[in-house]
Amino acid sequence: MMPKLPFLKKQKTDTSTSLGTADRSEIFMPSRRDFLKIGSLAAGGFVLGVNFQCSGPKGEVITFAPNVFVTIGSDNIVTIVAHRSEMGTGIRTSLPMIVADELGADWSLVKIVQAEGDEEKYGNQNTDGSFSVRMFYEPMKKAGATARHMLVEAAAKEWGVTPAECDTEASHVILKESGKKIPFGDLVEKIKTMELPKPEALTMKEFSSYKLVGKDVPIYDAKTIATGQAVFGADVNLPNMLIAVVRRSPVVGAKVVSFNDAKALAIPGVKKVVKIDGPGLPAGLDKPLEGIAVLAENTWAAIKGREALEIEWDLGPNQTYNSAAQLQEMLKSTAGKGTVKRARGNFNQAKSASGKVLERTYLAPFYAHSTIEPPAAIADAKADGSVEVWAPTQHPQWARGAVAGALGIDVAKVKMNVTLLGGGFGRKSKPDFVAEAAVLSKAAGVPVRVQWTREDDLHHDFFHSHSAQRIVATLDKTGNLTGWNHHTVFPAIGSSNTPAPPSDGELDLGARDFPYEVPNIQIEAHESSAHTRVGWLRSVSNIHHAFAICTMLDEIAEARGLDPVDQALQLLGEDKNLSFASEMVGDYGNYGEKIEDFPWNTGRMKKVIQTVAEKSNWKQNLAAGKAVGFAAHKSFLTYVACVVLVEKDAAGKITIPEVHYAVDCGIGVNTDRIRSQFEGGAQFATSLATTSAITFENGQVQQNNFDTYQIIRMPQAPKKIEVHIVPSMEKPTGVGEPPVPPFIPALANAVYKLTGKRIYELPFKI
Amino acid sequence: MENYTLSINGKKQEVTAPEDMPLLWVIRDLLDMKGTKFGCGQALCGACTVHLDGEAVRSCSLPISQVGEGKITTIEGLSEAGDHPLQTAWVEHVVPQCGYCQSGQIMNAAALLTKNPSPSESDIEEAMQGNLCRCGTYNRIKDAILTASKSL
Ligand code: FES
Ligand code: FES
Repeated sequence: MMPKLPFLKKQKTDTSTSLGTADRSEIFMPSRRDFLKIGSLAAGGFVLGVNFQCSGPKGEVITFAPNVFVTIGSDNIVTIVAHRSEMGTGIRTSLPMIVADELGADWSLVKIVQAEGDEEKYGNQNTDGSFSVRMFYEPMKKAGATARHMLVEAAAKEWGVTPAECDTEASHVILKESGKKIPFGDLVEKIKTMELPKPEALTMKEFSSYKLVGKDVPIYDAKTIATGQAVFGADVNLPNMLIAVVRRSPVVGAKVVSFNDAKALAIPGVKKVVKIDGPGLPAGLDKPLEGIAVLAENTWAAIKGREALEIEWDLGPNQTYNSAAQLQEMLKSTAGKGTVKRARGNFNQAKSASGKVLERTYLAPFYAHSTIEPPAAIADAKADGSVEVWAPTQHPQWARGAVAGALGIDVAKVKMNVTLLGGGFGRKSKPDFVAEAAVLSKAAGVPVRVQWTREDDLHHDFFHSHSAQRIVATLDKTGNLTGWNHHTVFPAIGSSNTPAPPSDGELDLGARDFPYEVPNIQIEAHESSAHTRVGWLRSVSNIHHAFAICTMLDEIAEARGLDPVDQALQLLGEDKNLSFASEMVGDYGNYGEKIEDFPWNTGRMKKVIQTVAEKSNWKQNLAAGKAVGFAAHKSFLTYVACVVLVEKDAAGKITIPEVHYAVDCGIGVNTDRIRSQFEGGAQFATSLATTSAITFENGQVQQNNFDTYQIIRMPQAPKKIEVHIVPSMEKPTGVGEPPVPPFIPALANAVYKLTGKRIYELPFKI
Repeated sequence: MENYTLSINGKKQEVTAPEDMPLLWVIRDLLDMKGTKFGCGQALCGACTVHLDGEAVRSCSLPISQVGEGKITTIEGLSEAGDHPLQTAWVEHVVPQCGYCQSGQIMNAAALLTKNPSPSESDIEEAMQGNLCRCGTYNRIKDAILTASKSL
């Protein structure tokens, strides 16, 4: 089963869960089933690291749930369901904030519970593609407004006034004129008999009246995290649970020929050894790899047991794979003709008529996600054929489906609890590790926690693909940029040993949506094949595309004798909405949104560029040993411009004292979390740019742990990261991924200015 | 298998474990205290940091047989009410993103502040470089340590 990838594919609009424009409100049509449940919190779910006690007499708290997202108790506690996965973006706080604000709840009396994976009930839960706020801003407002509407009506009736005379504030309904008030909790009983409001009867608050939305709000889990109480994937314990550590196929597609588990079973604490059947090739995106699992009473015994396994592998066709050699072949292929995926004007003509041709190539490596929490999941396969699962998953529905598929049972028999994620970045969308837990629990007849080690994580990731690109730019005799020819090649997501070009969806991430006014544009894709598992990592192919495009533009500006910021503003032209339609070969995805709903607006891009230039004092004279670099890149519908300052110390070491970002993400919900995503994005991108790379020899990953797959440490982090949020009342978009792409070229451009050496390959040492 | 008596967060705990079992798994699996995290198992990430007699140690790489009489403190025992100046500063600066590395970060920072109650920025960078954060919270960690050091 392929997941819904909003950035790769157009979304379906024909089911109630795909959340196309038409059905967005549908999931908010409160159903009678969820309307009123007394005696328990209607919106169940796994409570993460929070001990919540009802303040009312035990067992007598009456609750009222106008929809699946909000429940009001007679104890005056408002419970809001977070149905998207929390992996560090703060979404578990941001979406409930919207509900609470629209409802008029006292935030300190709000309790957040995590939804289990249930698409029918909650709608899309695939926490990916920076679209949680984009997709759920309006629905969350409606969820809160529905409850407010009913509470106001109940209070108005009680007071004998009209609803218009009332409002809500701090979990009370208030009579505006007199200030008379009644707590929400006291109204719960009365709402029992009320009809749900029609959607058209709902009114939304003015943005200016919000007390939470648009402000800095601390994350709900800050204290539980700081005290070690928060529950992550591996923190769930079940009675009689065994811990599994798995030796997986060292080369993708490898199969077990035979194995000897005698020595493993002799280790005290080891209980069982179980073979996991893998799919071979293609490896798929949601299947466990073939492997031998050692199940033990504790993690250490399982680790020791795995070391003692003797396995004979048939390594299969990928055993000769060498990534460095493939990268060179890919690079060579970019000099030839690819499949044209976008064409404007006539590039070849422009080239023959040009005064100057710049041709440059760019390489980027495989990257691993290396979340500090390695994958882990717990499953309890019960005798009645049902299974309960706990997992740090970004995509509960897909995980649920993968478990059902692996066990050959109906999805309805899988209960999927979602824990906090110790980082995701796309890795924990893939449910392979969740399916492993289920398969092992069924085989062992007891609950099983599968625990990946760091080595497992680095060896068996769904990697960000390595890539080769070639950009040919033409200038006419007067120095105008007349032609842009971008060739790109990388093993595509979900592809296997058969050569194929990247999908349109991947090309739409930075390459095809080149926004500049160049009269002749030709975007070409080339074929390659995947000999490992390829997936998506924070901003996906925007990473390598933005690196090539924005460093090339810097070089073009230099050749034209222009300042790169001035050039970007000039090439964006008048303020306008771009339509790529007539130039694209195949549909343009626009991150799953209609271009009419989320246009590509050059004015908004220019505004972030002007803002970052002004705030960073772009044109200042810098002391010797310092330099700045600039890049701007829109991804996931969010406009971002970035300026990076670098400095060389006496020992010749380059540091990053300052970074400026300007962002337009439409309405900003939790401004502190917008900033934290950019702060984190700059640090994540510093690793991609300067320290990290995965390579393969003989089909096997050469890096084992954080000594060889390095991510930056505190001394290497940019010292000061300023995030300038451009005020906007446009529809909200996301901020999880957009900080990454422009940072890398901005840094590369700064390093060039400092050292005089252009950067054409990632990672580069600083 | 050996019997060990550990002193963890002021309490004596009896465990039976092989002598090479790292303290991390003793804490997480045998004692069911889940605040201390596993990140690399090779003393490379700091997620598993606890205190042994007040010093920050990587529990993933410390065999139980080497703990001896040492007093162990984990994140659960850093303060009684979760209000160690670092924990308060962590909340004030909203340091965590995913939060997974933060127990280790706080324990490492607490050991630093015991030794050096008013560290400079470069002291902090030096002392904290063994603790990885993939989400990129390094700047806020630094700010929170500076804030905490002022309230000591
Ligand atoms: S788990 Fe101990 S340092 Fe990484
Ligand atoms: S907060 Fe996620 S790894 Fe540090």
